[in-house]
Amino acid sequence: MQPNSAILSAEGLTRIFGSGKKKVVAVDHVDFDIKFKEIVSLVGQSGSGKTTIGRMLLNLLKPSEGKIKFIGRNIKEFAKGKARLEYWKKVQGVFQDPFSSFNQFFSIKRNLRRTFRLMEQKMSAEQKDALIKQSLELVNVDPDDVMDKFPFELSGGQRQRIMLARIFLIKPKVLIADEPTSMIDATLRSGILRLLMKLRDAEEMTILFITHDMGLAYYVSDRIFVMHEGKIVEEGDAEEIVFHPSHPYTKKLISDVPVLNKEWL
Amino acid sequence: MKVKKLVAEVENLKAYYKVKGRILKAVDGVSLGLRDGEVLGIAGESGCGKSTLAMSLSGLFLPPLKYYGGKIKLKDIEISKMDRKLLRKNVLGKKISFIPQSAMNALNPTLKIRNFVIDVLKEHEPELSEEEIIDRVEERFDSLSLSKRVINSYPFELSGGMKQRVITVISTLMNPEILLADEPTSALDVSSQHQIIKLIKTLLERRIVKSVVFITHELPLLRHIADRIAIMYAGQIVERGTTSQIIFSPLHPYTKMLMSSIITPEKGMKGKELPVVSGSPPNLYEIVAGCRFAERCPYVTEECKINEIKFHKIGDREVRCLHPLTERNGINAAK
Amino acid sequence: MELLRSLIKSRKFLIGTSIFLALLLTSLIFPLVNSSDPLEMVGLLYEPPSAEHVLGTDNFGRDVLIEFIYGMKTSIFVGLVAGLIATLIGTTIGVIAGYVGRLTDNILNSTTNLFLVIPSFVILILLSSSLKSRSLLFLAIIIGITSWPWTARAVRAQTSSLRTREHINMAKLNGMNNFEIMLSEILPYVSSYIFMAFVLQVASGILSEAGLSMLGLGPSDVVSLGTMLSWALLYEAVRTGAWWAFFPPTIGISLITFSLLYMNTGMDEIFNPRLRGE
Repeated sequence: MQPNSAILSAEGLTRIFGSGKKKVVAVDHVDFDIKFKEIVSLVGQSGSGKTTIGRMLLNLLKPSEGKIKFIGRNIKEFAKGKARLEYWKKVQGVFQDPFSSFNQFFSIKRNLRRTFRLMEQKMSAEQKDALIKQSLELVNVDPDDVMDKFPFELSGGQRQRIMLARIFLIKPKVLIADEPTSMIDATLRSGILRLLMKLRDAEEMTILFITHDMGLAYYVSDRIFVMHEGKIVEEGDAEEIVFHPSHPYTKKLISDVPVLNKEWL
Repeated sequence: MKVKKLVAEVENLKAYYKVKGRILKAVDGVSLGLRDGEVLGIAGESGCGKSTLAMSLSGLFLPPLKYYGGKIKLKDIEISKMDRKLLRKNVLGKKISFIPQSAMNALNPTLKIRNFVIDVLKEHEPELSEEEIIDRVEERFDSLSLSKRVINSYPFELSGGMKQRVITVISTLMNPEILLADEPTSALDVSSQHQIIKLIKTLLERRIVKSVVFITHELPLLRHIADRIAIMYAGQIVERGTTSQIIFSPLHPYTKMLMSSIITPEKGMKGKELPVVSGSPPNLYEIVAGCRFAERCPYVTEECKINEIKFHKIGDREVRCLHPLTERNGINAAK
Repeated sequence: MELLRSLIKSRKFLIGTSIFLALLLTSLIFPLVNSSDPLEMVGLLYEPPSAEHVLGTDNFGRDVLIEFIYGMKTSIFVGLVAGLIATLIGTTIGVIAGYVGRLTDNILNSTTNLFLVIPSFVILILLSSSLKSRSLLFLAIIIGITSWPWTARAVRAQTSSLRTREHINMAKLNGMNNFEIMLSEILPYVSSYIFMAFVLQVASGILSEAGLSMLGLGPSDVVSLGTMLSWALLYEAVRTGAWWAFFPPTIGISLITFSLLYMNTGMDEIFNPRLRGE
């Protein structure tokens, strides 16, 4: 793919929940392009609709209006059966809560083995386990230590790293990372963010990073989309958005992040 | 500056969990003083014992947590060995209010906020009528510029940030002297965090609460709300000092590590290589001899691994470290 | 494992389980060591308890103790089979309704509610009285088929609260189909509730059987606690003061249902987060 061509794009993307009096427009006619090998952050507070966009891009939720295009093809073409699998081979996700992302009744090995149903070639159990080991090493988790453990026996940081190991296994083209650091200790965040950067650099992955924290968005991304009440109110180069924001909401989001060298209250 | 009087004093507090016959030393000899009018921040990674410390400070040791020693003094009353019923009746809510980490998700979804408040207050002051309670709540909500409409809502109708503010206001209705808040902001987005912090500041300024213990893993928040900070590691406090001392010139290598992992939207942060700290906090079932941070410390020497490290006084500061980062910070150790 | 350990620690669960197992084992082992036929007449009508017949004899001159033990076996059998059938149907319908949602849920849910509104005992009476020969298994199946809605409701509620969990989204992203998701992402999570519902279903199955048998609609060829009561009523055991003919089956039924309900309460305290608290 060409570096500057859009891999994932939205046109008039809208999602409405409920109807009548209880109608909520979670995402309201949003347009954007995410380019090949780019890390884009979607920043907004809770309830802004950012997670809903993530779910629609992951083909887990249908848009009410508008369309999503993946390498020029309408996502509707991937709605069912084999095509849906095809899509999930190329577009994958990591969620906020690494604990509830696992089936807690299965060991880590068994949780990760299920990922292989996305792959075409048949593999023996040994081949699968070897690949699982490899991917766990890539995220700095000791395979011998965790493979036979259950999710509740691991720390939050380890769980999220294992979720990223899953991504190294699948090697999708696009990763939708929905608040992957928000339930993790501050000391471990940079490690997770650096793994995202590694996925982009080593695997040529395009990443949409969803967060409420402008600091994290600035740390990891090339471009930032600012979302407020279902709309993207400002988008641009990360540097530009953080240091020269033009929309008042962007300014508020930035000033809400506590920094060390400036008064905040 | 005159040192303010203490509202609470904790001496060598030990609170352990008994799990399957093994003992997990979550709070292992913690001493602190809480002064009138201050916010004391307690920071550390998950599993360091800070949540257990918060719970223990309320004097309520619920199984599997057990009290193993030490004192918790509120002015002249000792609450660590107090009968649980008496504690609930006379201390909790009135003198100390504890907001656990998951409080906002523990709200009963079938009860309106007003019924929840009535339940809570009736438990402490059964003689109050429902009207009196609601009047009091409305007045308090008004004075803190929270919408009164919230009182007649169900929890699911409120955002996470609003729920957390509501819980904070309700927990302080009886004007407790001490507010213990365990990670009140960690599940919230930055904008809601900002509002909670402002709310807590207002509660202090109006003397609705006299002092606050604020537990978090987010040091940047403490920079703005805390007067003093205690850093906790593996069940112990490893460094304490004023906020600016801890944030801008940490003495303990662990504090420094916490500080350097902070990510903010400031120049120079983009993609910056931050120190990746190898290893993980020690197992609190079997505590090793010597410094508990030794295994992960870049400045470790053989000496560190022999004896338990005591607090060293450096000027007006205290740190559990044989090789504090004094020279690097330009602090004169001899002072 | 953790759950199992805490179950064993629960006094209520332990007491309930021990009583139930003791009764079950007695009724299973006794016929192996004693070959007497419960339907054989060994004495006169309503002989009071004696050394020879510890619990006396019934209206046909049969040994009540032996009848009682065989009757217990029958009752527990009916309860278990009925409970199993009800749980199977209820779980299937509950999981599908709760997971698939929308139209499917509406249809299944209204069906469930319909079954809940019609008193199942009336269906039971109508069904069993219209049949000429009533075998034990058939009775158990009929009881099972009429009592699944409670299980379905409980399982549906649990399932729909799980539906939006991340591990289910993860399973979809791993390419699992709905059937696989229901099997591996829903069932393990609701299994404790299903087991609790099963225990209740067994208890209510035993009560239903007793009720039907007392009305004379029980199995025609074997002894159950219910048929014992039915005979005692029919042959005026109460009026003649032959307490030994109706006391044992009454106590038997109460004891079995009590043990099962106690087991259920014990499990509820452990599985239900709201009761777990302090």
